[in-house]
Parts: sequence; structure tokens; C-alpha cells
Amino acid sequence: MALPDLAKKPQRFTGGHRACAGCGFPITIKIILQAAENPVVVGCSTGCMEVTSTIYPYTAWECSFIHSAFENVAATISGVETAYRSLKKQGKIQEEITFIAFGGDGGTYDIGLQALSGAMERGHKMVYICYDNQGYMNTGIQRSSATPRGANTTTSPAGTHIPGKQQYPKDLTAIMAAHNIPYVAQSSMSHWNDLYRKAKKAFSADGPAFLNVLSTCRLGWATAPEDTVDVAEGAVQCKLWPLFEVEEGVWKLSFKPRQPLPVADWMKQQGRFKHLFRPENAELLTDIQREVDERWEKLLKRCGIENGGDKQG
Amino acid sequence: MAMALEAQKTTALTGNEAAATALRQIEPDVVAAYPITPQTEIVQLFSTFVSDGLVKTEFAAVESEHSAMSATIGAAAAGARAMTATSSNGLAFMWEMLYIAAGLRIPIVMPVVNRALSAPINIHCDHSDTMGARDAGWIQIYSENAQEMYDNLIQAVRIAEHPEVLLPIMVTIDGFIISHGMENVELLQDQVVRDFVGEYHFPYPLLDIEHPKTIGPLTLQDFYFEHKREQAEAMQRSKAVITVIADDFARLSGRQYGFVECYKMKGAKYALVVLGSTAGTAKYVVDELRQEGEQCGLVKIRVFRPFPGPELCKALADIKAVGIMDRSDSFSTQGGPVFAETKAALYQASNQPKCVNYIYGLGGRDIEPSLIRQAFMEVKDLATSNAVGGGIRHLGVRE
Repeated sequence: MALPDLAKKPQRFTGGHRACAGCGFPITIKIILQAAENPVVVGCSTGCMEVTSTIYPYTAWECSFIHSAFENVAATISGVETAYRSLKKQGKIQEEITFIAFGGDGGTYDIGLQALSGAMERGHKMVYICYDNQGYMNTGIQRSSATPRGANTTTSPAGTHIPGKQQYPKDLTAIMAAHNIPYVAQSSMSHWNDLYRKAKKAFSADGPAFLNVLSTCRLGWATAPEDTVDVAEGAVQCKLWPLFEVEEGVWKLSFKPRQPLPVADWMKQQGRFKHLFRPENAELLTDIQREVDERWEKLLKRCGIENGGDKQG
Repeated sequence: MAMALEAQKTTALTGNEAAATALRQIEPDVVAAYPITPQTEIVQLFSTFVSDGLVKTEFAAVESEHSAMSATIGAAAAGARAMTATSSNGLAFMWEMLYIAAGLRIPIVMPVVNRALSAPINIHCDHSDTMGARDAGWIQIYSENAQEMYDNLIQAVRIAEHPEVLLPIMVTIDGFIISHGMENVELLQDQVVRDFVGEYHFPYPLLDIEHPKTIGPLTLQDFYFEHKREQAEAMQRSKAVITVIADDFARLSGRQYGFVECYKMKGAKYALVVLGSTAGTAKYVVDELRQEGEQCGLVKIRVFRPFPGPELCKALADIKAVGIMDRSDSFSTQGGPVFAETKAALYQASNQPKCVNYIYGLGGRDIEPSLIRQAFMEVKDLATSNAVGGGIRHLGVRE
């Protein structure tokens, strides 16, 4: 797919929504929805995506859309998909329809993890997409279990005694891979081709599929609106957000940075990490780099790339 | 037009079996449910109907009650008739979604087998679960026995899905007392039930992809109030629909239901108000007392939401004192919910009997005929003396 062709495809998510200038998720969902060949029914958990796209009496959705609560989009769409199977079996519906659930990292990594795990285990034919912006941004930038270590958030503030979030993020994509569903992948809104290709694969999977997509929040990350795509790209280039896929249990790396950036270079672009560059936090920065390297090595092993240690990293 | 009653079959069933049979005959497109004592049997029985190909239903064995209600909402919004069932803490776990089902105007029918809420944990009957959900925007119908559970479930489908209503309904039976007790139940034929409930038509189905709709948008200061007002009006309109459907059902079955049932209220000077299985025991006590020459009667509330205020006032129009029985406490210090609401309704009535509240039967504590007789005698004292009503009493508890 060439970019000009992609631009010509019909939009299921239209302009006029109230997301911030420079918000990452509209880019994310536009690309994903353009990869769907069948008509779609979209579910959305409570969060920025929902509250900015469906302010009554307006909607940015050109397709069927349902929102009911924060933690339950996987359960809601599993109900929709079950209804579809029932009505199709009875001959009341003929069309092929694709079912998509969108949640932020709050609705996916944390409060919605149980409903997600249940829906995947039951094998509903749906694609769950987490747009991961590394925090509870809709409620005003609180930490989530996806927030990087060291980030300043309103519930992990960088104070005089504690320098931001104390924990490393949960590896949700690996958790979803452990559900042994047909397709799991990690992508980034900065890599539209990678995202488009993975969305296509997810939609054609024979069973549930899960995509975890890095999606910049310029307010929460404290970046300039025009840098949204570049900052997401930086997370991939510094190996903090690797691009990979797990297809029928086989792990495959999608992208290997030729010259990986130090994580500190990526962090420097964002106000949320500003305090880490004070002299007393130098050791923390080293720790973060070590963790990123270790997780990268582990990923390479899972992908069958032995001795693939990144010499430049 | 007079119609012949449909042929019916008398079968010995537990309350749960009667509920499962109603579900089988209604044959929803989707059931999404999670087991909890004492409701579990309904889900188990229904699963076997699915496994044995007796129903076309797709069954989703979800991982929690929260997801059960979420998936049921999703399925019903998609355009499928969808049901679930629960009890006690399971209902409490659905709380958030109960309000959302009602606010989205999703016509779900849900059997609830009444069980005490934790803590302390207890698996036996009281009404704290559904009474806690009384303001969630659901229609609530309480059943005295297995027959009523069966009949109420079948009627509930028509009521919930009526275009003038579009509200979810919970139909209750008392845990263990009715859910696990066996009685004779008159069953309609499968096809008769199927014809009675008809096809499901949700006005805005998600699966109608030619006409995409956004369900569940953000609604702010400019529209939220109107949506809630419409919801309240739908609840108001449901009263007429409940009556029409009850009449339709009576023509099929010969069993007529109202908002309240008056038992030997003619000439009564004092009465008890109850709901659920206790009505059965209380009727037995009324019979005994009437034989002894007492002027007592019983009013059973069948529909608690919408609350039958005018019907209760009419039922209590000629009596001097009433004991209002609550199988749950609201901890408001103003008595249980049945008491508070009945008293509020009587405030506008031309006849205002003295009222006393009986909290009883919590956590499955047996309500014996002797206790009901005691309550009747106390209410009689109130009716015939200068004593002032309004108190809250606990029946059958250690002091």
C-alpha cells in the first residue's frame, strides 16, 4: 500500500472530533480502520477517544459504534460478536462484519485487563487495539502500568524525594501472546506501513487478535504538537518500544534500528522526563537504559535472533 | 374476543428449573452469564440446553458478572435478544452496568435469585441485592413462587421490548426457598411462548451496517437531563404496558397478574404488606386468623419498580394499621425500602393507616408462621389502640 492510495480510502473516523492538536490516537485509528475490508462495528472504552469523538449530538464515527463503560470494551464487543454469530447462524444476517475494540492503556493494561483476557480466551473473532499513550491522559495524566519508569505524572510526580514513576511498565503484549491467540503484534503510529500491515493481518486472523500501538499524548508527554509522530518514532528507534508480531505463536521482530538512539535522547524530547537530567538522577537513567537493553535482548531471543545483541546499543 | 386457554402441562420443578424452562422457551439469541449460588443452576441447565441443541442460543460463558452484563448489553444493542442471570454479589458486581443498561434503554430480561449481600458472606435469601439495585432504572418484578417466576419472565420479555418502554427488567425469586424448592408448575407449550414473545426488534441495532449509529455517546449539560427525563417517562409509560401484557398473558394462561395482589383484604381492618415467598406463608397465616374471626388481610407487591403507589393506597384504603415487611435493611434509620416507599405513597392517600416496619429474614433466617402471626397481632394492637405507629421492629432476631 502506497501512502497516496491509503489517503484515498474512505474514512470511517472523520474530522471535526475534539481531540487535541497533535494527538496520536486519531492517526492510529484512521490507519487501522483503513486496513479493514469488511464493514466494521467499533467498540470503545471510556477515555479520550470516546469523549472527544462522540459529544452528543455529534459523532466522528461513520460506522456502527458502541461505548458503555471504561473497563469492559472487550466484554461489550464479545457480546456484539456473539450476537452476530447467533443471527448469522439463523440466517438473519448475511454480511461479513469485522469487530473492533479500542481501549487506551488505562482501559487495557489496568482496569480492563480481566475483560480483555476473558474475551481473548473465549476466542471471539474480534481485534482488540490498545492505543498506548503511557498513562491515564483523559483524567489528567496519571500513571498507568504502561507508564515508563521515571515519568512525571500527576500520581507519580517528580518530587524532591521521588523522581517520578518508580516501576517499569508491564509487558502487556507478551501477556496477550501468552493467551495463544492467532495474532498479537506491537506497532507504533509513527510507522504507518507497519501498523497498516499488522492491522490487515489482525483482521484476517482466524480468531481473536490483539494490537498494542504506541500513540503519543502531547499533553501528557509534554511535547510540541508538530512533534507527535517524531516522538513516537524515537521510542522505536531507542528500542523502548520494539515493533514485533507473534503469529500462531511464532515471534518475529518487525524492525531493528540501524543505529539505536540512547533512551536518554528520546527522553530529552519530552517534558515528562525533564527531572531525570538533574545530576542526582544520573544513575536512574543508567538503570533505565540497562532495562531497555535487557528487554530488547529477551525479545531478540524470543524472535530466534541468537547473539543478536545490539552492539551499538 | 374470547379465546380458549392454551393447553398446559403440570410439571414438578424447582424455581431455578422453572426459570431455565422459561429461558429455553423464550429462546434468546444470546445468553452471557456467570455462575453464583443460588442462581448457578439456571446457567447450568441453560448450558445443557445449548449443548444438546434444544435452543438456537449462542452461550458466552464470560469471566465475571460485570462482563456478563456488558456482553448482554453489547449483544442486545447489536440486535439480538440477550439475557443473563445472577444473584447477590454478582448483581452488585454488575452495578455500574445496570445503570448503563437502563440509560442506554437496552431491553434485557434478567432472572435474579435473591441472596443476601456480603459482608458477612451468606448464601441464603434476603432482598438486599435487588433492593440495592432498586434505583438503577430497571423494572423489578418479585415472584412469590416458581409459577410466578415462570409467568413473570415470559411477560417481562414483552414489557421490556415494548417500544413505549425499552427498559431492562429483573424478575426475582427467593434464593433456596423458591430456587431450590420443588412445586407444581403449569407450563405453556414451547410454541405458545415463542409466539407470545415474538421477534426481537431493537430500534437501533449495531449490526444494521447500512444505518450506522453511535450508541453510548458523551452527553453533557446540554442533553443529559433530557435523556434522563425520557428514561423516567418510559418507566411511567411501563405501567400501562405491564397491565396490557398481564391481560394478554391471562388470556393464554388463565393466570392474571397485577401490580399488587390483595389477599382477603375485603373487610380487613389491618394488614401486612410483603413481597416474595413470604407472601405464601403469610396467606396461610391469614387463612388461620380469618378462621379465628380476625379481620386481617395481606397485600403482596409484585411490581416494585415502577412503584405501585396508587395501587397500594387503594389496597390499604379501608384499614387502620399496616405492618410493612422488609427482607432487607436500607440502614437509613428510617426502615427498609418497602416501608419507606409505602409510607411515602400513603402520605397522599385519603386514608392513612398507622404503619410499622418489620425487618425480617435477613441472610435466610426462617420466617415461620408463628412470627407472621406475632406481627399480625402487633398490627392489630396498633389498629385497635391509641398507640402511635411508625416504628421499626425486627422479627425473628436475637435481642
